[in-house]
Amino acid sequence: MKFKLLAVAAAASIAGLPLSASAQQGKLSGDVVKIGVLSDMSGLYADYGGPGAVAAARLAVQDFGGKIFGKNIEVVSADHQNKPDIAKNVTQQWFDRDGVDMTVENLNSSVALAVQALGKEKNKITIVTGAATSRLTNEDCAPATGIHYLMDTIALANVVGKAVVKDGGNSWFFLTADYAFGHSLEKDTGDVVKAAGGRVNGAVRHPLSTNDFSSFLLQAQTSGAKVVGLANAGGDTVNSIKAAAEFGITKRQNLAALLMLVTDVHAIGLNTAQGLYLTEGWYWDLNPETRAWADKYSKVMNGRKPNSNHAAVYSSTMHYLKAVQAAGTDDTAAVMKKMRETPINDMFAKGGKLREDGRMVHDMYLFQVKTPAESKATWDYYNLKGTVKGEEAFQTVAAGKCTAVKK
Amino acid sequence: MDSIFGVPIQALMGQLMLGLVNGCFYALLSLGLAVIFGMLNIVNFAHGALYMVGAFLAWMLLNLAGVNYWVALLLVPLAVGALGALIETTLLRWLQGLDHLYGLLLTFGLALIIEGIFREAYGSSGQPYDLPQVFKGAFDLGFMFLPKYRAWVVVASLVACLATWYVIEKTRLGAYLRAGTENPNLVKAFGINVPLMVTLTYAFGVGLAGLAGVMAAPIYQVSPLMGSNIIIIVFAVVVIGGMGSILGSIITGLALGLIEGLTKVFYAEISTTVVFIIMAVVLMFRPAGLFGREK
Repeated sequence: MKFKLLAVAAAASIAGLPLSASAQQGKLSGDVVKIGVLSDMSGLYADYGGPGAVAAARLAVQDFGGKIFGKNIEVVSADHQNKPDIAKNVTQQWFDRDGVDMTVENLNSSVALAVQALGKEKNKITIVTGAATSRLTNEDCAPATGIHYLMDTIALANVVGKAVVKDGGNSWFFLTADYAFGHSLEKDTGDVVKAAGGRVNGAVRHPLSTNDFSSFLLQAQTSGAKVVGLANAGGDTVNSIKAAAEFGITKRQNLAALLMLVTDVHAIGLNTAQGLYLTEGWYWDLNPETRAWADKYSKVMNGRKPNSNHAAVYSSTMHYLKAVQAAGTDDTAAVMKKMRETPINDMFAKGGKLREDGRMVHDMYLFQVKTPAESKATWDYYNLKGTVKGEEAFQTVAAGKCTAVKK
Repeated sequence: MDSIFGVPIQALMGQLMLGLVNGCFYALLSLGLAVIFGMLNIVNFAHGALYMVGAFLAWMLLNLAGVNYWVALLLVPLAVGALGALIETTLLRWLQGLDHLYGLLLTFGLALIIEGIFREAYGSSGQPYDLPQVFKGAFDLGFMFLPKYRAWVVVASLVACLATWYVIEKTRLGAYLRAGTENPNLVKAFGINVPLMVTLTYAFGVGLAGLAGVMAAPIYQVSPLMGSNIIIIVFAVVVIGGMGSILGSIITGLALGLIEGLTKVFYAEISTTVVFIIMAVVLMFRPAGLFGREK
């Protein structure tokens, strides 16, 4: 209890910092802070990020007070349709013509890689929350401008992969979305499984946004693996799980959804999703603070609850705005420095730390989906099975492949 | 010999079976498109959206009104058909005699609007539709478990396809329809109400899409995107089969389902592209499609 009080006091003092700084004048490029929310607004990941991410960013701006140094804070948004080329065009236009200072969300790993590379080139801050490829802080890292705020494929593999192998699931077959994210997730989970003494029997790579998964599941069944690892996300995961239940795959093999959010569970329904293990960096029903924020979000989003991605957009946008205020400028290097120096203590993370390679280290949670009988209300979906400390969940800088960071 | 190219025959049989199930959906949807194009010369891009509306209506009937699957199977095609009649009489009728492109643009716009409305209301990841109790479980075919519901889909859509083909090609009503398309003025002169016939044909075509929507609801997620996911493939099916050819679209739908199923085994990465490769090849050698007649 004492510790909690201390934490609250610390959080309050940090939150208080910008207030004292607000008296001083700051320097803003274009006399405005512009935040661009780039996401899939209409496709298979639209519930994963989409309009909810825009709402979350707006809530952050609203809670911050709407103004900084007496100047406006604007939020703009765009639909990248899961196409890296569209994402790149939009972002380039934002940076070059519209004076956008920072982009956030950037889901879909192919998009995230393209946007982060562009941010590096243009010296603009890019915060990735929805995409998960570990390449963002490894081979393709951009420590001066790129931030990876929520989970990555290594953390997902570390939490769910380890838990499943420990449970006896030592032979795996992967259903992999055929692009950067799926490949990363398959590889990182495979590594964890092998390191824990397990075996990978094979994998099938399906195109993004596939309608019918029965054929792939039949291949998984033929492989004889104990665990079918779903290295996909959003609508693809939803359809995989539905087809697995329909074809009786789950009677003999276990499914491991490597990236699944509460919005996906909502879409599948507890009848089909019950018992699944999954990991998220946040859940709306963790504590009073998360519930309070979720209520605020629900009010602007037709009663829907936020997932960890939406919470991460809010948290990272707030963290950015506070850093701008503390630095007294929206200059990229100065803001990045402040963001690294200041620990993140809000409803999303406690003691979260932005590392020099761009990774934001925070705790991850292992959840199990409730049975229909356990669930007391719509959106009451998870039982908390364990908390994995950030340092254990995420790869260390030393183990990473980011050559731009001195080891 | 118990394997082909390293794939066990048992597994291959299973994949062919699944291909057949998907092929049935393609056939049912492309049939509606073919009827509408063949009879009315309208390239109906709203077909996918109306298929989605069919699935959503079934979901609403079940979850908001407690109406079961069987009743939905009857009611939904009628409701979607009525919606189609409304679209035809209020919008499409004005485009008669104009270039195909106008109809295409209008229906495409309609599809975007309908999809947008549902996405706004329900989000993109969709709603689950519970399988009717009788269909829970599966048949053990030896080489695979075939869920009972998928077996039902094969039977029901084949019946619907054959019945449609029979009505249009073999009955007097079908003869009127075909004549009305060929020469509306002459048919009018025989005292037949051609505009009404056109409306009913369009309603029937989209009613088939509604039927496919109800049948798809328990299998796939009932999602605003389900129409746009499938419509492009269905158009490819119609083009390969020959625009407007009823039998062509049925046979091509089933065949492409099978080919797609096989692709998922041998080279999964191109499974969503293979249909278009076939389309390109077919168009090179037979521009009117496999079963189409050059006009």
